[in-house]
Amino acid sequence: MESAHPARGAFDRMTALFWRRPKLLTALLIAPPLLWLGVVYVGSLAALLLQSFYSIDEFSGIVVPEFTLKTYAELLIPSNYDVIVRTVTMAAAVTLASVAIAFPVAFFAARHAKGRWKAVFYLGVMLPLWSSYLVKVYAWKLILAKEGIITWAAEGIGAGNVLGAVLAIPVIGGNSLSTSYIGTFLVFVYVWLPYMILPMQASLERVPTSMLEASADLGARGWRTFRSVILPLALPGVIAGSIFTFSLTLGDYIIPQIIGSSRFFIGQAVYSLQGTAGNIPLAAAFAVVPIVIMLVYLAVARKMGAFDAL
Amino acid sequence: MHSDARPPLGLTIGAILGLLFLHLPILLIFLYAFTTEDRSYQFPPPGLTTKWFAVAWNREDIWPPLYLSLRVAAISSGMALVLGTLCAAAMARARFFGRDTISLLVILPIALPGIITGMSLRSAFAVADIPFSTWTIVLGHATFCIVIVYNNAVARFRRLGASMLEASADLGANSFQTFRHVILPNLGSALLAGGMLAFALSFDEVIVTTFTAGQQSTLPIWMLNELVRPRQRPVTNVVAIVVFTATFLPILAAYYLTRGGEETAGGGK
Repeated sequence: MESAHPARGAFDRMTALFWRRPKLLTALLIAPPLLWLGVVYVGSLAALLLQSFYSIDEFSGIVVPEFTLKTYAELLIPSNYDVIVRTVTMAAAVTLASVAIAFPVAFFAARHAKGRWKAVFYLGVMLPLWSSYLVKVYAWKLILAKEGIITWAAEGIGAGNVLGAVLAIPVIGGNSLSTSYIGTFLVFVYVWLPYMILPMQASLERVPTSMLEASADLGARGWRTFRSVILPLALPGVIAGSIFTFSLTLGDYIIPQIIGSSRFFIGQAVYSLQGTAGNIPLAAAFAVVPIVIMLVYLAVARKMGAFDAL
Repeated sequence: MHSDARPPLGLTIGAILGLLFLHLPILLIFLYAFTTEDRSYQFPPPGLTTKWFAVAWNREDIWPPLYLSLRVAAISSGMALVLGTLCAAAMARARFFGRDTISLLVILPIALPGIITGMSLRSAFAVADIPFSTWTIVLGHATFCIVIVYNNAVARFRRLGASMLEASADLGANSFQTFRHVILPNLGSALLAGGMLAFALSFDEVIVTTFTAGQQSTLPIWMLNELVRPRQRPVTNVVAIVVFTATFLPILAAYYLTRGGEETAGGGK
């Protein structure tokens, strides 16, 4: 137990031990969080996977703990398959709209905002990102209600029949904005937009100014530079952002429950199956769908270099 | 790294509209808390009143969920502080086998949709026959709060570097004294920021909670029920303002504690 310092107490002896075996200290530090995540989180994911291979007895409603693929086969019956297609379509639409709305904000913040404006843009994106999810959804319930501000504004500027015409569109329309797919879509875009802006802004900040100058020197005008230089270099950020918007839309069940038509999304299916229906195996199988979709998505994103922008 | 040219007008307008789109909806909540109309979401409000704040204060069904939310948020962010800091300390010390796997594991609970974390825990409780309690809620919340603390702490550890710790050792401090007198003071504001963000996240969380709470009601769950079956709509608005403030203030504080570095809090929710 001889070290550089004479041992004075238990703490010093331990220090000497850590000094001689640095890996021991690292292992001691990492053990508690690793145990927690390993047992609580990975253990739960394993339980989810396990449950999805069980099935439910149709007559007694009791879970049969035997391995079967029957539950996964149930995902393919039309009413369940429709839920999956509907959710993925919504996730794709939300992602595309987020890219379009996020771009000017991210571009301005990354390349034009200076000093105080930089802070304004940073907080301007950060505060909505972190402020209460439920409060944000609630705000939209007020906005989209039939007697709410949008109807009032539309009638005020004499566009009441335009709103009526939009709501009359089959499938995406409805009785009011708050009971239509348009409403669901708007709220999804609103709530996930900051998740798109931040990685986009990070990747735009990394586009070297010299490249833009080179592009200009070679005779490219604004639009050409944008398409051939900025966009390819910003793509990893866009993909990183799309991972969030896509994944979060796939798994959400509160927004379509509060604002939208009564037709289910994956999240609602999972929630109602595990709750009132008590069919945990099918709920688990439904929950595995977004995991699989996201794994494929992540594999593609990784190939395109999206993780450098995170 | 700025363009010298003035931004095109279209870009400026797009950026401003984007920011307005992010902020205007929330302001509406504040207006509706004062409306005299309690059966619909009529705009503009037919009249203004402050009575709903008193009504909300006297509603006895609001207080127990509020206490539960505060308790869960306090315990969860406390646990996340310990686990997240330990994890960041280990990751900052050395490159070791499985390091990338661990960083992935830490991020996973918020990278995957909440419904997966929630449904996984629900499955685990079903498999292991665990009854719902405050602790089943904490289990979920602490798991996704770890990454928030971790992100804040790991950036600060990186800046701290090894030389300070070596200097402390050279001056005769043991590991525990170094931790107490060198690491902790340097880490302090980052941990405070991480802890507050974790608190805000937990206080507001609803998706995972609906799977792990059973019959218990946190404040967000209370709000969710009011959204699905409204009773006194302006009271819900008052609660929404309280929830908004309880998450808004810690975020703002976390920003001011850590700004001016590359590690500004909140970059990775």
